Amino acid sequence: MSDHAPGAGRRKAQSDLRLIGSNMRKVEGLDKATGRAVYTDDLAFPGMLHGKILRSPHAHATIVSIDVSRAEALDGVHAVITGKDMPTTYGVIPWTPDEYPLCVDRVRYIGDGVAAVAAVDEDTALRALELIEAEYEELHAFFDPQEAADADGSTPYVHDAHKDGWNGNITKMVHLEFGEVDRSMETSDVVVEGDYFFEGTTHTPIEPHCAIGQWDGVGQLTVWSATQVPHYLHRELSRVLGVDQAQVRVLQPLVGGAFGGKSEPFDLEFCVAKLSMVSGRPVKILYTREEVFYAHRGRHPFQMKYRTGATSDGKLTSVDAKILLDGGAYASFGLVTTYYSGQLLCAPYEMSAYRFDSTRVYTNKPACGPKRGHGSVQPRFAFEVQIDKLAEKVRLDPIEFRRRNFIGEHTRTINELRITSNGFLECLEAVERASDWKSKFRKMPFGRGIGVAGSTYISGTNYPIYPNDMPQSAVQMQIDRSGRVAVFSGASEIGQGCDSVVAYIAAEELGVPLEWVRVMRGDTDFTPVDLGAYSSRVTFMLGNAAIDAATKLRKLVQEAVAKTWDVKAGEVLLADGFAMWAPDTSRQLPIQEAFNLAEAEFGALGSTGSYNTPKDVHGEYRGGTIGASPAYSFTSHVAEVEVDVESGVVEVQKIWVAHDCGRALNPILVEGQMEGSAYMGFGEALMEQHVVKDADHGRAGLLDAPSLLDYRIPTTLDTPELEALIIESIDPEGPYGAKEAGEGPLHPSIPAIANAIYDAIGVRTDRLPFSAPMVWRGIEAARAAGTLGKPASYASPRKDS
Amino acid sequence: MTTISKIVRLTVNGDRHEAGVPSHFTLLEALRYVLGLTGSKQGCDKGDCGACTVIMDGLPKLSCLMPVWEAEGTEVVTVEGLATPDGPHPLQDEFDRWGAAQCGFCTPGILCSAKTLLDRNPSANRAEIQDALSGNLCRCTGYAKIYDAVEAARDRLSTASALGASNE
Repeated sequence: MSDHAPGAGRRKAQSDLRLIGSNMRKVEGLDKATGRAVYTDDLAFPGMLHGKILRSPHAHATIVSIDVSRAEALDGVHAVITGKDMPTTYGVIPWTPDEYPLCVDRVRYIGDGVAAVAAVDEDTALRALELIEAEYEELHAFFDPQEAADADGSTPYVHDAHKDGWNGNITKMVHLEFGEVDRSMETSDVVVEGDYFFEGTTHTPIEPHCAIGQWDGVGQLTVWSATQVPHYLHRELSRVLGVDQAQVRVLQPLVGGAFGGKSEPFDLEFCVAKLSMVSGRPVKILYTREEVFYAHRGRHPFQMKYRTGATSDGKLTSVDAKILLDGGAYASFGLVTTYYSGQLLCAPYEMSAYRFDSTRVYTNKPACGPKRGHGSVQPRFAFEVQIDKLAEKVRLDPIEFRRRNFIGEHTRTINELRITSNGFLECLEAVERASDWKSKFRKMPFGRGIGVAGSTYISGTNYPIYPNDMPQSAVQMQIDRSGRVAVFSGASEIGQGCDSVVAYIAAEELGVPLEWVRVMRGDTDFTPVDLGAYSSRVTFMLGNAAIDAATKLRKLVQEAVAKTWDVKAGEVLLADGFAMWAPDTSRQLPIQEAFNLAEAEFGALGSTGSYNTPKDVHGEYRGGTIGASPAYSFTSHVAEVEVDVESGVVEVQKIWVAHDCGRALNPILVEGQMEGSAYMGFGEALMEQHVVKDADHGRAGLLDAPSLLDYRIPTTLDTPELEALIIESIDPEGPYGAKEAGEGPLHPSIPAIANAIYDAIGVRTDRLPFSAPMVWRGIEAARAAGTLGKPASYASPRKDS
Repeated sequence: MTTISKIVRLTVNGDRHEAGVPSHFTLLEALRYVLGLTGSKQGCDKGDCGACTVIMDGLPKLSCLMPVWEAEGTEVVTVEGLATPDGPHPLQDEFDRWGAAQCGFCTPGILCSAKTLLDRNPSANRAEIQDALSGNLCRCTGYAKIYDAVEAARDRLSTASALGASNE
C-alpha cells in the first residue's frame, strides 16, 4: 500500500454503512460492568514481591550518600536498588532525556525517587525504606518561574545548561512571527490587552499508576503497566536496562483512566524491571494516591500576556502573545508543549498577523506534561476571553464576531497548518440555537449570564515523537472458519473505546455480527505497533489502519464468492452476517460459508493494515512540523451561569457542547467524550488547582492538595448539566470521515464560563480557577471601582444587515 | 515480616469464607488480595473516591476504610455478586448499553451505590440519583451517561416488578 491513504473516509456513503454511525456497545463494556475487567493491580503472580520507592524530602539537593545496608539486611527484603543501578537518562522526547529512573546525584523536587526496595509484602517494603540512610546537601530551590527564567547562575540551575553561560533553567524558547504584527496592531481600530494566569491542574485518573516486572533469569523482561504508551515504554525499558528490544515484552492490561497522565515512562516501570532482575522474582509497585499527585505531568501553569487587534467591523487583525510556562523539574513533553502554546491558536479564526514568544522553564516542582488538550487549553482560555472583550468593544454579538472571522474549510492557517473539513460554523449555530442564546445574552437579570467560546484541536500529529518513516498505526486481522474475526491491535484502550473502534470497522467491512469480532490487545509480543493514546490520534490513525486491513480481507472473500457465483467481485456485498449479490440480495450465503470459500481459494486468511500521516503538509520554518495534523476538529460551547455576588460562588447551570468530529463512528461514545471533556474543563474552571506550597504557606515544594479530598474534582453534585451536539463534516482524511473527539471538546469550557461570568456581573476573571474567593475578590474590586453590574446590552447587527 | 494474625469469617456474594489476614487489613484488601475478588477497586485508599464501594447489609460502604473484622457477621455484596445465572443485572446491562463505563475503574463502586439506591427507592429521580452517587468520583464521563444508565435500569426494574405483581 502507499504509506498514506487519503480518501479512506470516502469509500462508503452514509447510506451504505450498516453499523458505523449507530449506537453500539463496547467490546469490553460488560466486563467493566461485571468486575471481570482486569487492570494491572488485579494481577498477581506466584512469588510476587511488592516494591516501594524512597522519595526525596528536599526540593533541590545534591545526594551526598545513600546507605542501603540496613534495608538489605531486613528479613523479607529481596532487592534494594539506587540510581547507580540504572545510570542512564531517559525522556519521552528523544532530544530531552533528562531523568534517571532513580536520581543518581541530584534530586529536583520533593518526591523525586532515590532508591527502591522489593520485599515479601508492602509492610516489609515500607519498613525497609525507613532503614535507608540518605544524606543530602540542600541547594537553592526555584519555585517561581520568573525567578528561574532570570537566574544568573549564582546558585545551581535545576539542570546543567546546554552550553556554558546559558541559563540551565530554560527548557525551551520559541519565538515565531507570521505577518507583520506590530504594523498590523498599529493600524487596528481597537486593541485589547490582557494578562492571564492558568494555575496548573492534574489528571487524577481514578486508577493509580501500577506496574509489574518479571525477569525470566536468562534474558527476557516482561513488564505489565497501566501506561498509555506501551511502545515508548518498550523502547525506553530496552535502552535504560540494556535488554534488546526483541527481549522486552510490554503488556497493557485495561487502563483505569489516563488523560495524558500515563503517557511517558515513570520511575515505577524501570524499578519493577530492575528489582525483578536483581531478585529473580516478579515485582509489583502500585503508586499511592499521593505518589500519583507528585508524579503529575499535568497541565503547566501559564503566565500569558495577549494583545489582540480588530477592525471596527469585527475582523481580527493582529495577535501578539508572550507566555511563560512553568515546567517543573523535568522536560517531559515540554519541548512540544512550548510549541503547542502558540502553534494551535491559528484556527478556527483567520488573523492577519500572529506572533508568539513562549519560554518553558524548569522549577523544583513536580514535572508538568501533557494533559487532555496538551498545551493549548491555557492559551485558548486567554484568547477566547480576548475575543469576548474585542466583541464588546466593537459592539458585536460574540457569536457573530466568531462567525465573521471563520477561517473556512480546505485552507491553511497563518502558520501554514492545513485545515481540511471544518464544521465550526455549524457548531456555533448549534449552541446558539440550543441555548436560546439570542434571548439570553446581555438580557438576563444581574447575576445570571451566558458565554460562548470556540476552539480547534489536532487529530494526531503528522510527525511522530521519534523520527521515522514507519506507519504510525497498524493492525492485523484474521478470519476463521467459524465466521469469527480476530483483530490484533496495539492501540491503547484507556476508556476512550479504541478496542471497540477496530471491532466496529471489522464488522462493518466483513459483514459479521459485532459479537463475532475478538480484539487481541495490549501485548507488544503479538500486536503491531501503535504509538500510543495521546494527541487525540488513536481513532483517526488506528481506524484508517483497520479499514486498510479489513478491506484487503473483504476483497479476497468477495473474489472467492464471485468466482463461485460467476458474478463480478464488486457485486458481492458482505453485510448482516451474509454474503449477498447486490443486484439481487435474495441470493446469499451465510458469511462463514463465504469465508470458507475464500480460505479454500487463497489459504489461511489474514491481513495487515497500516496508516501513516501525510509528511508533505507542514509549515516551511523551524518548528513548522509541530502542530501539523492530518485533520482538525472544531468545537463551540455555550455556558450558562449564576453568580452569587455576596459569596463569589459561581454555579454553572448548563454547558452546551457542539463538536465537529468529522463523523461519529459510534455516537454514544462520541457524546461520552464530549461530556467528559466539558466536565473536565468545568472542573479546571471552577475547582481544580495543582498548587505547590511556597515558604509562606508551609514547607516550600510540598503539594497543597495531594489527595482526592483536597484536590477537588467535580462530583455529581458539582457537575452541570451537559448537552452534547454532534456535528459531522465528513473529513477526507479520517476513517469514514471521522476526526478526533477526546480532547477538543475540553477547550471552550473554561473561556465560555469566564465570558458567562462577565455577562452575569460585569467582572472579568482572567485568573484561574474561578473559585469563590477569587471571584469574590474580583467582585469587591469591581464594587470599589463602581463597575459591578450587568454589562450594557448592545445590538447584534448581522453581517448582511 | 507480616504475620497472619487474624482469622476472619466473611460472607461475600452469598459465599462464606474463612481467611487468615494481617490484622490491619481493610475489607478492600481482604476482598482483592486474599479472596481474589478484584472487581472492587482501590483508587485512593482514603475514602475519597468511592471506587471501593461495596454493599453491606443493603447499604453502600467504603471498603477501603473498613477494618476487615468489622465486616464479620454481615452480608457483603460486591460488583461480582450483582449478576445472576440469567445474566447481568439491569444496571450492568444499561451501563454497557449507554457507554457509562469508559475506563471502568469507578464503575464497580458506582454500580454498588446505584444498586442500593434502587433497592431502597425504586422510583429515584435524577436529583436522588445524583445524591446517591455523590460519593463516587468518575473522571471520564461527566456523569451524564451514568445518569442515563441508572434511569434506564430503574425503568426496566419497575416495569419488571409491575409485571411480576400483575402476574400474581
